[in-house]
Amino acid sequence: MPFIPHTEDDIRDMLAALGAASIEALFDEIPAELRCGALDLPPALKEMEIARLMHARAGRNRPLLCFAGAGAYEHHIPAAVWAVASRGEFYSAYTPYQAEASQGTLQVLYEYQSMMASLTGMDVSNASLYDGATSLAEAVLMAVRTNRKSRSRRILMPKTVHPYYRRVVETIVGSQALELTELPYDIDTGRIDPASLDIHSGTDVAALVIPQVNFFGVLEAVDELTDWACANGALAIALVNPVALALLKPPGEWGKSGADIACGDGQPLGIPLSGGGPYFGFLCCRKAHLHQLPGRLVGRTVDADGRPGFTLTLQAREQHIRRGRATSNICTNQGLMVTAATIYMALLGPEGLRRVALQSHRNTLRLMDGLTAIDGVERVFPGPFFHEAVFRTPRPAREIMDGLAERGILGGYELTREYPELGEAILVCVTETRTQEDIESYARKVASLVIHPGNGS
Amino acid sequence: MSRLPDDLKYARSHEWAKPEEGGNVRVGITDYAQEQLGDVVYVELPEAGRRVKAGEACAVVESVKAASDIYSPVSGEIVEANGSLSDAPESINQDAYAAWLFRVKADDLSELNALLDAESYKASAEEAD
Repeated sequence: MPFIPHTEDDIRDMLAALGAASIEALFDEIPAELRCGALDLPPALKEMEIARLMHARAGRNRPLLCFAGAGAYEHHIPAAVWAVASRGEFYSAYTPYQAEASQGTLQVLYEYQSMMASLTGMDVSNASLYDGATSLAEAVLMAVRTNRKSRSRRILMPKTVHPYYRRVVETIVGSQALELTELPYDIDTGRIDPASLDIHSGTDVAALVIPQVNFFGVLEAVDELTDWACANGALAIALVNPVALALLKPPGEWGKSGADIACGDGQPLGIPLSGGGPYFGFLCCRKAHLHQLPGRLVGRTVDADGRPGFTLTLQAREQHIRRGRATSNICTNQGLMVTAATIYMALLGPEGLRRVALQSHRNTLRLMDGLTAIDGVERVFPGPFFHEAVFRTPRPAREIMDGLAERGILGGYELTREYPELGEAILVCVTETRTQEDIESYARKVASLVIHPGNGS
Repeated sequence: MSRLPDDLKYARSHEWAKPEEGGNVRVGITDYAQEQLGDVVYVELPEAGRRVKAGEACAVVESVKAASDIYSPVSGEIVEANGSLSDAPESINQDAYAAWLFRVKADDLSELNALLDAESYKASAEEAD
């Protein structure tokens, strides 16, 4: 039963003021064939019945020890992060962007923007987008708009970019007359072979997407790739993992002149895995591209009395002013997620983030050592990587994954579907949340699955 | 009322046009327009070499509260855009007639006859108010 607070008298008075005979009459301009009438639903459960049903369903969840990365990473989230972010003022405030009413929120967003710009080595950050995949799509669209030297609307998209991100970009830019050209990777190294860019040299390319770290966990030759883009009149779009940036050179310092745009998913910064979301996308750029940056932008300024404060700024880019000519249809951000991320980054600071990154990487190194010691198991890509790596097994990857799941472990991400050329390969990730025992247990279990296939224990 | 030099031609859409030697036409926005827009923060200008038709939107003037399309008053080829506006977009607010936007090599200078003189433009702007 819907909760409607009006009494019969209220309703009668309102209808009388409108000159309408009934509530139904207010909808009479909708053609009869479009009215859906009663919905064919089963009878509603009572609150007690629903609670019981949900408990029963939840009881079927089997928490697995997570060794999967592939775009979402389980890092430790200090208790203070969500204790603060769960405060009503942050948690349930609805679009709190008015300067008169929401200085606290606007300040948090400003701090978030400042931190992301600093982390990526860029001049400007927006107040966030929906997730990493859509931030890449927005970066691609932005590059085409802002690159005045290019007419081709062609983007070079490496195969080492996350397969879901590539699909999302295809979906979003597909109807906007952009051309996505796939860049192959070197199967021996797991990175973009800079020589594969040669056939594109001298042609009109709007932008090159450069992932760091790439989907395989492998480090790309970002300086060479950025310099190629610059020399070829293309914009360099950096797709980055924010925790990796605590250790690696930020996109603003890539090559001779730095990348133009940096984007990615901020989930590793204090956001729980939550079955896939919500996460948030970040988008940063050089000052020259500021006017084509989509999304909300918070600025710091002074009010009429000269007191410092924060406000949304450069709103003429946005669709509530620009309408069809806006930089994007987005008119919001992931406010709650970036609040948590800002608290996380403030609590950890650069040193804390560095430690998270280092410990994650050390743990992955240890696991890879343990795995490659197993006869028949090999590391697929030899070069430098960060906190994620690919291993190949003599048994089908599916068998290893299923066997690990039976033993309480989410073994990683199977690459056989999207990268069949790699054979029976699994992408595994270890963060600082896995202990030495966890790592040894994983290696032991893989060993037993490899040496005694079909053993149900 | 805003400044309105007598020696310029005006479009209803608030551009001014000034014919120059060599068949070029210099284009900007009127003092009235900059007043209505408020503080200009950014100007998007056409590339030299681009062909435009009379009445075609080819630039954007962005203020804190609005983004306004600018229409070329004549058909032709853009020969120059005012580069100084990228560092100092506010110069449009300071002197709208000195802060020109772009210059067009006109295909047909008689198109200027379709534009308004100062009096007619003033009347048209006040009517729209």
